Amino acid sequence: MATETTTPEAATDESAEAKLAEAVAAAAQPADSTPIQRQLVVINWSGELDKVLPTLIMSSVAAASGYKTSVFMTFWGLLPFVKDEKRITGDGMMQKMLSFMQRPGISHMKMSKMNFMGMGPWMIGKLSEQYKVASPQELLEACQLMGVEFLPCQMTMDMFGLKRKDMIDGLGDPVGAATVLEMMTEEHTGSLFI
Amino acid sequence: MSDAIHTTVDAKGLSCPMPIVKTAQAAKLVPAGELIEVLATDPGSVKDFAAWTRSTGNSIVEQAEDDGVYRFVIKRA
Repeated sequence: MATETTTPEAATDESAEAKLAEAVAAAAQPADSTPIQRQLVVINWSGELDKVLPTLIMSSVAAASGYKTSVFMTFWGLLPFVKDEKRITGDGMMQKMLSFMQRPGISHMKMSKMNFMGMGPWMIGKLSEQYKVASPQELLEACQLMGVEFLPCQMTMDMFGLKRKDMIDGLGDPVGAATVLEMMTEEHTGSLFI
Repeated sequence: MSDAIHTTVDAKGLSCPMPIVKTAQAAKLVPAGELIEVLATDPGSVKDFAAWTRSTGNSIVEQAEDDGVYRFVIKRA
């Protein structure tokens, strides 16, 4: 068994090191430089405060994380996006009664549990202030600043008698279920029904 | 380490999702390669920032906690 004599070859060591450094640097670069465009679609069916909050929180974080984010506002979930000042909406008795009983506007949402005739939202407001939790208005503003798309449901607008001018600014054009369904089933897309 | 912080985001006292949202908004104005410093007190933000940097391609270069205040130094991709 011959003992192998390792002759320190300074030149070879240096080039080996250089090659290693190159390899490490190459590995650190993403193999494919095209980033994946992710998407979040939220079907906002509910109109209560405790349900619209997660819609706006998930949407704002998705947009903050570079996701293409869309909120489909349907049924009760469209009413919070009516202008706060608009008390009664719709034509005809039934539509007007509906808005009378379910006050539209993001500042007038009820709680789905423990509403306590309005005490519930007030308490949530107090707790939010105390623990620095963002309000629905703040979250909506952040969402719109970050390019979240808010899509009204055409069918709900028809049924409830809501007009474009009743709604807040910055909403997209009304769409239907087929549009949302297609979005939900695209690649790299997460969807929520709230 | 010799790079100066380009922008500091003070998210102390803010709850989810505001630390992330404010950082994302600030990051839009920060040129690539520059550093953003974020200060937060929300313990949930630790995992949140890891996830956010993964989603956005930014990277956390420094992370520390001092007396309940979390400090993240993020490199803008």
